[in-house]
Order: sequence, then structure tokens, then C-alpha cells
Amino acid sequence: MSRVALTVNGERHVIDVEPRCTLADALREQCAKPGTNVGCEHGVCGTCTVLLDGEPVRSCLLFAVQLEGKSIRTVEGLAPHGTLHEMQRAFMEHHALQCGYCTPGFLLLGVWCVENNPGATDEELRELVASNLCRCTGYQNIVRAIRSVLDGAK
Amino acid sequence: MTVIGKRVQRLEDGPLVTGQGRYVANLSFADQLHMRVVRAGYAHGELKAVDASIALALPGVVAVWTATDVHDVPPIEFRPTRVQGLEPYRQPILASQVVRYVGEPVAVVFAENSRLAEDAAELVTMDVSALPPRLDAEASDVEPTVLRKEYGDLDRAFKSADALVSLELSVGRHSGVPLECRGALARVNPESGILELHGATKRPHANRNLIARMLHLDPARVHLFQGHIGGGFGVRGELYPEDFLACLGAIRLGRPVKWIEDRRENLLACNQSREQRHRVTAAVDNAGHILGMQDEFFHDQGAYVRTHGARVADMTAGMLPGMYRIPAYRAIAHYRLTNKTPAATYRAPGRFEATFVMERMMDAIAKRLNMDRVEVRRLNLIAKEEMPYTRPMQVLETELILDSGDYATLLAKAQHAFGWDGVCRDVEARRAAGESVGAGLALFVEKSGLGPTDLASIELLEDGQIEVVTGAASLGQGVETVIAQICADAIGIDYKCIRVVHGRTDRIREGFGSHASRTTVMTGAAANNAALALRARILEAVQGRHDLPMEILEIRNGEVIRTDVEERVTTLADLAKTAKFEAEGEFKSTHMTYPYGAHLAVVSVDRETGGVRVLRYFVAYDIGRAINPMLVEGQIQGGVAQGIGGALYEEFLYDEIGQPLSVTLADYLIPTAKEVPPIEVLITEDAPNPSNPLGVKGAGEAGINAVGAAIASAIDDALSGDVFVTRLPVTPVQLKRELNCKIGTS
Repeated sequence: MSRVALTVNGERHVIDVEPRCTLADALREQCAKPGTNVGCEHGVCGTCTVLLDGEPVRSCLLFAVQLEGKSIRTVEGLAPHGTLHEMQRAFMEHHALQCGYCTPGFLLLGVWCVENNPGATDEELRELVASNLCRCTGYQNIVRAIRSVLDGAK
Repeated sequence: MTVIGKRVQRLEDGPLVTGQGRYVANLSFADQLHMRVVRAGYAHGELKAVDASIALALPGVVAVWTATDVHDVPPIEFRPTRVQGLEPYRQPILASQVVRYVGEPVAVVFAENSRLAEDAAELVTMDVSALPPRLDAEASDVEPTVLRKEYGDLDRAFKSADALVSLELSVGRHSGVPLECRGALARVNPESGILELHGATKRPHANRNLIARMLHLDPARVHLFQGHIGGGFGVRGELYPEDFLACLGAIRLGRPVKWIEDRRENLLACNQSREQRHRVTAAVDNAGHILGMQDEFFHDQGAYVRTHGARVADMTAGMLPGMYRIPAYRAIAHYRLTNKTPAATYRAPGRFEATFVMERMMDAIAKRLNMDRVEVRRLNLIAKEEMPYTRPMQVLETELILDSGDYATLLAKAQHAFGWDGVCRDVEARRAAGESVGAGLALFVEKSGLGPTDLASIELLEDGQIEVVTGAASLGQGVETVIAQICADAIGIDYKCIRVVHGRTDRIREGFGSHASRTTVMTGAAANNAALALRARILEAVQGRHDLPMEILEIRNGEVIRTDVEERVTTLADLAKTAKFEAEGEFKSTHMTYPYGAHLAVVSVDRETGGVRVLRYFVAYDIGRAINPMLVEGQIQGGVAQGIGGALYEEFLYDEIGQPLSVTLADYLIPTAKEVPPIEVLITEDAPNPSNPLGVKGAGEAGINAVGAAIASAIDDALSGDVFVTRLPVTPVQLKRELNCKIGTS
């Protein structure tokens, strides 16, 4: 077991993990953040995407022991006081989710885009959304939802 | 103020956008054990011994079972059917003596945590003596059954034909692959002693009864609970060996058992689908009329008969004639076993395959007779005046009666909205300039609203809200919203005040679940009846108490209004405090209802790489009546994306000894946003369901049904007839090979 201190949605967590424990599992099982779903555990589907020091990463491809002192944002951090983030509202308004399993990952991609590339072109936005897999929506409502927030931020 | 037909926001979304989904991996019970399945590594072999001694010695491992430990559990039953010959081929929950596909459960480990269970599973060894695998259905000598459907005088049709057009067509093995892998959480409730299974429950009551039968329990002592489900698509929520093992573990070990599979297991063990090879011949006259058609096909069921029995082959044979007037028809379906993962239904089961075959045939007829692709289709369409149109055969053991439809109008509307003529001119001009772009189309008939019945109970709660309990299940498609919209209109209350319960066998005595595009049609109609009965009961009470004539009473926005003076009499919230108001509603249907549509696509082909890009995709669909067009569009768009996967990318491949090659999402290619263009949808309501009070038909499978067919048609067009697509998925390697052959022979 190794002891790791990391910050999740602004809260400090000190956890003891096996070296093989992924960030996804550590978040779900030891930091009480089960909102990060896992889809493939081999880095393809992007369902488990979180923001690590502000950048999107696949949390199934990182080991928790690598993350001493790092800061992580998960879907639970988007509405800390119960007020929905504009990206969450946009996903609801534009029917950008059906089963909802991939939604936390796409929400974080969208939030990253608003915060880091608010002027994203349509092509850049498609490219970004193509990072992750969705099996229900056919993607265009996800693109539309993120676009609406980008347009609102202008 | 009606809310039916409105694009209102979903009631489901709140927990899902905030990370509060109750997916089975997020559920736990105190003191639970974790289960891990040990799977066969051979496609076919004699299972001589399984040694679990090292695994059992690992601290924290509670039990390891093999077939001998579960010998009292029979093989998994399939749905009742008149098809004979399937019984000997059902799957045991753990293999004994012979293993028949890579991934087949051979042993099961129960341990204190999931990592330990995985470690222990690695330590279970098996002695297998390999046998030659069967990997091709046509060559397989195991044929549990042959389905035949036939009507009309086919011999005469073939003799009198001006031309016979024959094709050999095949569809690759692919499946639903939901983003959430399967899982189960079983326990014996310590207070009630009832066995509970938490997780996906597409058919809650039927699954409950089957679990009870197989584990020798009283059905009243078993309950299923559904949380959130990360996608269904036909494969999720069927009963698999693992569901029984988890339940058995909970009963015998006296502790809750949690099982969550990983993606590799999911791709090895969850139902696969689609793989068929067809030999089809159509007899036509010189004008392009189809006089008769015969289709003989080989259905690759994989290693075992699963819960659907032979339904996919049945639907393929039954739905193949689609929108067309085919006077004589014969389908012969060879249902054969191979040493691959067993197959069952995947969204539009049998129809994705059948539409590919039928629509390839229409294109081949057009080519042979040098006719326009649309014209040859139009010529053969069943006319509106012929509805209801009885095809003298059965599908899913119900009479095939196309209940309503105006196919020609739909085709005209689709062509107009898509701009078909202009698109065809445009792609022709681009081809003349050297590009390889083409347009394609495909028409299809869907089936929906499978009976036999559905039930809903409804109650006015103390806070003035309404609770509707249904026998449906949610797979992420928006059941709660749609049922709430229906009940809101029936009663006269905001749809947000309606709570919809589903997937709970402890809340309602009967239910038929969510599959076969049935929920809005069947559960929707039952809920509508229940809501109307509740409304009547409420108004009767108000009438009695206030001595007002019924005709002037109405419920609006949760208030009872007397319309003569436009004044509020009381509110539902106040009424709820005075008495209990509840009602039940039922809906029965012995026939399915048949929506229909058209897919139109533009693709480009890279002749250097064989790669295909979908540039434009359009679906026109007549749904009878759309309860929530936004959700219908969502169903269609998502279905198209999956269809593009099946048409171009997704395939379960096996090597020459039956080892699966598609065991990660890097090998099994699900389309991303780069492969799926914006999908245009035209919903029409020209042909309401005549036997349903709401007029609705199903929405779930329209998006995927004709994608293979439409893209194949567009690829042919893009390559100016150099290639005629006969196999899905159309991979770059395959297309390049065919283009090279063409260059070699020309």
C-alpha cells in the first residue's frame, strides 16, 4: 500500500492504495466520487475522463500512486452547491444524454473547452467530442450542447 | 394544454448529469462478496478437469465453484416458442465436459474484494483437450432447426419471370456493446428473506419468473430492482449465466454478491448478433415488378441457444419483404451453431439484416433492368388503399398484418426533404470531376408494440403529485418522460408532477418490460387508461362533494375547475388529503404495429485506401404519433450512429482456431463523432396506429434498421458501379480488394 494525498474537487484526500489501483477506482471507491463511470478500462472510450490539473485525462490509464499532490475535477465538482453548471443545463436542454453513462466524461470535455478554448471552431469541437465514445446519442446533441455554452460565453 | 407532441426536457436527466446515476457498479450492500468468472480459453474442447485448489488457498477467497457444484441448476431457458429442436442446445450456467466458445464460464470465484477475486480466478487452471472448432455456419453440421415461411405460387412466379436476379449477401457479426458493461448485485434480504437481484432488468417479471424456476424458488420470493442502465440495445437485461451464479452465490454463501464484468469479458460473453449469409433470388418482369422471391440463409447462432431462441432468424425471414408487394415468397432459415460467442437480439434484430438483403435486391433489380433505383422501389410499394395489408405468414408467432401506412407519400416526402434529385445531380457532377461520391437510399418497415398486454397502476399522492407504476424497464431511452407526458395529458397536470416507477417486480404484479420498441405503445396505452380512470374517479368525488354536474368539471394544472364560471373548486393536493385515489389501467394487443421509413445517405470513397466517409445522413420515419419528437429524434440519431458502426466498422472477428480478435474497443471499432455526421430527421404522422388510443408506433429501432442498406447503395453509386457491395461491414481492406480485382479484370 502507498499513501497518496490528492485534491478532488477542492477537497483534500489522503488515501492508501495498492500500486495497481487506477485513478478511476481510487476516485470511485476511496474518495466517494462514484460519478466517474468506467467503460473500457483500457483508455479507448473516454467514459472515465476527469480533469487533472485542468487537463482532460482518462482516469483508467493513471495509477493513483502517480498523483501525489495533484488536483482532480470530477462530475461531482461541477455543481458543488446544488446549482447546476451551465454545461449540465445545456446537456439537459439539448437532449445530449440518453443512458447517461458517458455523460460525466463528455461534461468534463465540454467544461475544459469552455475554460480553455472558448473560441473553438466547429471542426475543433467535433475533434474534441471524438475523444470519447457515446453509444446512444449519435453525438450531434452533445456537440450542440457544448456549442451553445461556447456561444453563450462569447 | 397538451404536452403530448411537445419537445419537453427529460425527467431522467438530473441525477445523470450530476454523477448520481445508480448504475449497478455504484450499488453495494454491507458485507458483500465479489464474483469473478473463470472463462474458457478454447473455442471448442473437451473439459477434462478444473483445478481450483491454489485459488481456494488464497486468503479471502470464500468459494470456487465448477459445474459439479451447480449441477442442480438446469440450462438457461429460452422464451416460449413453437419452434422445435432448440432444447438440447441451451447454455449451462457453468460448462461441464465440453467448452464451446472462448469466454464460456467454466468456474466462478467468490472473494472478499474484486481484486482478490480476479487474482484468484487467474489461479484456477483447466485441462482442455482441443477439438476442431466450427467457425462457419454454412459448413456447420449442428442445425437445431430450420425455419420456413412461405406463401404464394413461387414456382409459377419463377417460370413466368422475364429475369431472375440472384445475390449472395452477408452481414458480419456485431452487437450492441453498451458503454456500461454488465453487472449484477444479488442478496437475500435479511429482513424479508426474499432474493433480490439489482441491476439491468429489461424484462423484470419474466426474468424474475425464470430465475425462480431455475433456482427452484417461489416467484413471490424473488424480486428484481432496476437502477440506471448504461445502454440496452437488446443485449442488456437478458439473463446470462452470470446472473444465476450471482443469485446462487447470495443464497448459498449467505452474503450479498456483486459482479461487474470488464470490457474484455463483455466482448467475449455478452450476446453477439447479426451474422448471416443469404442466397436470395427474385423473379421480376421487364417492367420491374417483383413476381416472387426466395431467400435461403444461414444464421450463425454461435455456441448455444440463448434466451431469444430462434427469434432473430424468425424476424429476418418474416420482415424481409418490407414495403413491397411480393406475391410469392419463400424463406428458409438455417439456424446453426458454431464455436463463437452465442448470439441474440441487437437493436432491429433480423431487420438490419433483412433490409440489407431486400434493398440490395432492389438495387440489383434496378441495375439488371437498367431502371432508376427509386422507380423500381416505387413500382413495388404496397399502396395506402391496400392497408391493412395481410402477408399470409407469421412473425414472432403473430399474424403479419401491416396495420397502416402510406409508403409512397413517405418516399416522396423523404426525397423532397433530402433534395434527392438535386443530390443525385450533384454527386454525378462531382464524379465526372474525378471524385468518388455517391448517394444511396433504402426503405424499411419496422415492427413495434409487441404484446400481449401491459398494466399500469396510478395513485394520487399526498403532496398532490401522481405516481404511475409500470411493468416497463428503462434502458436510457426516456421512459419516465414519455409515460409522464401521456399521463399528464390524460389527467390535466404538469408532466413534472408525475413520478414513473419501472423495473420493480415488488411494485406491480405483471409487466412485460422494455424491448421490441414496445414501451410507448403498450405501457403508454396502459398508463393512459390508468390515468383516465384516475381522472374519472377524482371528478366523480368532486361532483359528489360539491354537487356539480360532471360536464362542467375539468382538471387543469393540478386544479379541479368548474368551467361554467372558470373557478377553482379544489386542488389535487387538497383532495389527496381527504381520500385515497388510485386506479389501474390495462392494454392488450395481439398484433404488432408497423412503422416505416426511409434512409438516404451521401458517402465518399477514397479509392486509394478503400475508406468510406459518410457525408450526409437523412432519415424519414412515420411513427403514427410522436409523444416527444426530441426523444424520437434522439432515438433515431443514436440508432444511425450504431448502424454506421455495423455498416463500416464493427465486427467480431475470429482467427482460424476460433480465438476472438475483437476483445478491446481498439479492435471493435465503435464510431466516434468524426465518423458520424449530423443526422437529419423528418418525423411524419401520416399513419397512426389504428388499434392504439394514442395512435403511437415504436421509435427505438428506426435509426439503425436501414443504415447498412443505404450506405451500401451509396458506396455503389460513389464507385460508379465498379463494385456492388455484398457484405457488411464494408471495410477498407475489403473495398480495396474489390477495387483491385475490378482493375485487374477490366
